Amino acid sequence: MKTKRLAHAGLYLLLGILCFIFLMPIVWVVFSSFKPAGELFAWPPSLIGKNPGLDNYILALEEGDFVRYFVNTVMVSLIATLLTVVVNVMAGYVFAKYHFRGERLLFGMVMVTLMIPLEVIMIPIFKVIVATKLYDSLWGLIIPAVASPTAVFLVRQYYVPIPNELMEAARIDGASELQIFLRVMLPLAKPVVSVLCIFSFMWRWNDYLWPKLVINNKRNYTLQLALANFSGEYSVDWNSLLAMSVISMIPVLIVFVTLQKYIIGGMTAGGVKG
Amino acid sequence: MKSLERKLFPYLMLLPMVIIFGVFLFYPALNGFKISFMKWDGINAQEFIGLKNYVKLLKDKTFWRAFTRTIAFTAMAVPGIYVAAMGLALVLTREIRGSNFFRAVFYWPTMISSIVVGLSWRFLLGEDFGVINYVITTLGRSPVKWLTDPRAAMGVVVFVTVWSLAGYYMVMFVAGIKAISQDYYEAAQIDGATFWQQFWYITLPLLKATSLLVLVLSTVTVIKTYPLVFALTKGGPAGATKFMVQAIQETGFEKSQMGYACAMAMILFAVLAVLTMVQFKLNKGGSQNED
Repeated sequence: MKTKRLAHAGLYLLLGILCFIFLMPIVWVVFSSFKPAGELFAWPPSLIGKNPGLDNYILALEEGDFVRYFVNTVMVSLIATLLTVVVNVMAGYVFAKYHFRGERLLFGMVMVTLMIPLEVIMIPIFKVIVATKLYDSLWGLIIPAVASPTAVFLVRQYYVPIPNELMEAARIDGASELQIFLRVMLPLAKPVVSVLCIFSFMWRWNDYLWPKLVINNKRNYTLQLALANFSGEYSVDWNSLLAMSVISMIPVLIVFVTLQKYIIGGMTAGGVKG
Repeated sequence: MKSLERKLFPYLMLLPMVIIFGVFLFYPALNGFKISFMKWDGINAQEFIGLKNYVKLLKDKTFWRAFTRTIAFTAMAVPGIYVAAMGLALVLTREIRGSNFFRAVFYWPTMISSIVVGLSWRFLLGEDFGVINYVITTLGRSPVKWLTDPRAAMGVVVFVTVWSLAGYYMVMFVAGIKAISQDYYEAAQIDGATFWQQFWYITLPLLKATSLLVLVLSTVTVIKTYPLVFALTKGGPAGATKFMVQAIQETGFEKSQMGYACAMAMILFAVLAVLTMVQFKLNKGGSQNED
């Protein structure tokens, strides 16, 4: 019995150490963001600092166009999420519930897209962005990545087990295919739509590569782009940067804390089943 | 006989997806292949030069150094992620109080953007003012040049990559472990098997499908590493942590050698395509086992 209790204590000690490793960096950044300029690099460092205040936050708001970057990011994330849900629910639903000519070909096409990540087509996509007049515009961040193979699979998996009889019954009642989708099938999709919303929002909020390719003018920066571009190779203006980093994490934190179940559940459904 | 409406409806529903994939994925992908045979600075007309980009690429030591560096980085980070994710999952699936809380803590870094992860660690690892070097000096050792020594910088990038991704794959392992029948463990306990024996002879073999999937998915993710490194080291010191995506990006957009950069991208594509094929195979095998 004694060894068992000892093993149990060891387990909690291990958990404590792991929590420290996973939480400490962010906690340190959050506390540091409240330290005034002179204290940020004080030696020896302390967690809370002598005169914590909002100086860095005020600096970030006054100095750069921080509010603009924040608004840009919110707009891009929200509109892109809305469009992502619309486009992928439409596609996933059809793949689950209809049989039509070219179905295999089209579904194969969705599978193949998994092989072509943005990293591989950075240069040619740039040409398309310029040709479609999306360069240096927020729409250029929103539209090109709206369709997602993972999202299509997720929606398809969700609809497959839902009985076709629901649709047949509506057809007998004289409903059009569009009415069946909008009135009967779409309301059933709330769980999968929630998962899509969360993931799409998070992904857009955190994305860096698209903004880097598409955006040039500072007025159109997103938060991630601003954070990356304001840190030089040798020197970094940590005061405002820390404050900006912390603010950029707040929406993510809110989403994570309130919707954790959906996130981790949805991830296993989407990730393992692919 | 299906009505015309019912025949047309699926195509109309798929139209937005098809347009977006076509314009922003398939067309550029094919065009990228074409550009890889061109000399192009991004502004003037493209000039067909046959295989010259590829010939040049074969002899380009800087590129192959970035390539081998990427492979070496992947070879360190992927096993790290695998072990960390598995370890965390094993701890979480023991009988502990507050496992939901711990799961959230370990998962949380995967939610933060690579840029913020990189900047945060860069702040902690600062040479003269960073808190980690402070702790090291109080222990009586000399401060480490975390980000300006090439080997240390590579170690840091590997560690931070593992730190930021382990939680994601941990969730897959937790699902895998929970799917294993308790009967196996009960039988093993009756026979007096230790924790490690149970892990080695029951858990690990039964997690084979999940393990392979985690390895492939994390490899695909790690090979494409770029934003994290950009925020953490900018690829430095002196290119010691510059990986393929950054090399392609710089060749295309900073040196304006678009055709050459496209040839580089084809190498990355070949590697990723093979890995994705393996992933498809595994996914199919995995779901058959589940059924």
